Amino acid sequence: MSATTSDPELSPSAVASAVSNGASGKPASTARIARTLAVTSGKGGVGKTFFSANLAAALSRQGLKVLVLDADLGLANLDVVLNLYPKITLHDVFTGKAQLEEAILPAPGGFSVLLAGSGLVEYSRLTPEVRDHLFKVIETISPRFDVLLLDTGAGISDVVLYALSLAHEVIVVATPEPTSMTDAYATIKVLASQQGREQLHLVVNQVGRVGEGRGICQQLQLVVDRFVQTPAGTAPKLNLLGDIPLDNSVREAVRKRALLLELHPGCPASLGVVQIATKLNHNR
Amino acid sequence: MLTAEAEALPSCEAAAPTAAGLRLDLALNLLQQAGWHVPEGVIEGTQEWLQAVIDGLCDISSRDALTGLANRRQFEVAISREIDRVARAGEPALLLTLDIDHFKRVNDTHGHAAGDLVIQAVAAALQDCVRPMDTVARVGGEEFSIILPNCPPAFGQAVSERIRNKVAGQPVVLVGGQALSVTISVGGAFAPQWVRSSPTLWCDRADQQLYRAKAEGRNRTCLEMPPLTVVSAEEKSMLFGALGAPDIADDEESASGMAEV
Repeated sequence: MSATTSDPELSPSAVASAVSNGASGKPASTARIARTLAVTSGKGGVGKTFFSANLAAALSRQGLKVLVLDADLGLANLDVVLNLYPKITLHDVFTGKAQLEEAILPAPGGFSVLLAGSGLVEYSRLTPEVRDHLFKVIETISPRFDVLLLDTGAGISDVVLYALSLAHEVIVVATPEPTSMTDAYATIKVLASQQGREQLHLVVNQVGRVGEGRGICQQLQLVVDRFVQTPAGTAPKLNLLGDIPLDNSVREAVRKRALLLELHPGCPASLGVVQIATKLNHNR
Repeated sequence: MLTAEAEALPSCEAAAPTAAGLRLDLALNLLQQAGWHVPEGVIEGTQEWLQAVIDGLCDISSRDALTGLANRRQFEVAISREIDRVARAGEPALLLTLDIDHFKRVNDTHGHAAGDLVIQAVAAALQDCVRPMDTVARVGGEEFSIILPNCPPAFGQAVSERIRNKVAGQPVVLVGGQALSVTISVGGAFAPQWVRSSPTLWCDRADQQLYRAKAEGRNRTCLEMPPLTVVSAEEKSMLFGALGAPDIADDEESASGMAEV
């Protein structure tokens, strides 16, 4: 498990340390925990959930057991992207109406999902109950998967920050749009200064040409080096996982509520996602 | 355990386990000295009585004898618990470290009995202006710590100023009737939200603020504020300043060169 920092005060708390430190009563060596990645963006509408779903499909094809958790508790839309409308959701698990197992569903791309359902608007405010529920759900499913993807909501609300704190690694999704870059930068700044994240993954979606993602990553890194510090006094490093070209196939897949990797596995955007999955696997 | 003893004394069987065979004289002496009494209706020698004795011992071993505040041991338990809570719940928590200004002078000028009175008066003032959920501890000679769970950064300064003013506003009346004005310096630090701190790191950060308060002239509070996370105009202009440059994506050399400047 890659801890983002060695300073005990700054390490993301959460399941990462609770489980690996044997807080569950088991020695760390015997507890198998999924590599937990949170996907966030700052700004909404940059294709974050689309990316999460297709990344999960790509990782599954590479032989990993993957679960995507809709951590966008306030405004869930993973169900829309995947065209799944389950009877049992996280909402029922949180309210004690269903068992966790009943809410875990197989998704079209060969991975599993835990959907929040759209009745969770009351959870957009982070109450201690929501925190406990989310923590316990992740702690429980973690040993059963290789990778957990937490698809978080837009913005940097306390719900989003909490979900991010539960992950070992964070993937920030941005587009070349100035508003998206600003919000991605703000997210990076908050995660570095408040959670002590020393490394953050970056994915640039909807790029117009090859290499645009690299330029954006460099630009963000320049500003980060100048203005952002973790409490340990270092600037966080951005790790560009890759970029995804602007591609009409994406719009078609979203409209048809299908996974891009299933609908157009050979299109440039699909190849971008697959490359990101491969890089992530080599980046352990 | 007590079973063997209880069997040897059949008359006690109904109330077993009893304190039979246990040497409790030292414990009872300590409790008596601390003003402990057997709770009403509790019969000596019963399990209930033994539990009351144990509870009494726990209580006096977690309190400071001079002030009745939490002692250092109890403080360490409380701060660990608070760190767990913050890491799990993400609620903001403030730790204050405070120290009586020029306390050595009080001892040197008025004697140690006066020093004790000052410490007791400050302790009472501190205890008087916190919430029931807060932990006030005497962690050293004239040094106190206060753990304030669920204290948002916006209120930190007001809370610590109220504590400082409370002490400054209540002169200590010595045995001779002389009123002695006492001030404290306060340092404070918030627990990092969502992440797990350690007691040492958190205390160190509060201590650093206390040193700052002392260095800046005493009778003041200094708090380490959580880092601000707004994006300034300067950051925005730097973020987009070079975007128009056509070669930024292709010219890695120049970009990394800029970073080093």
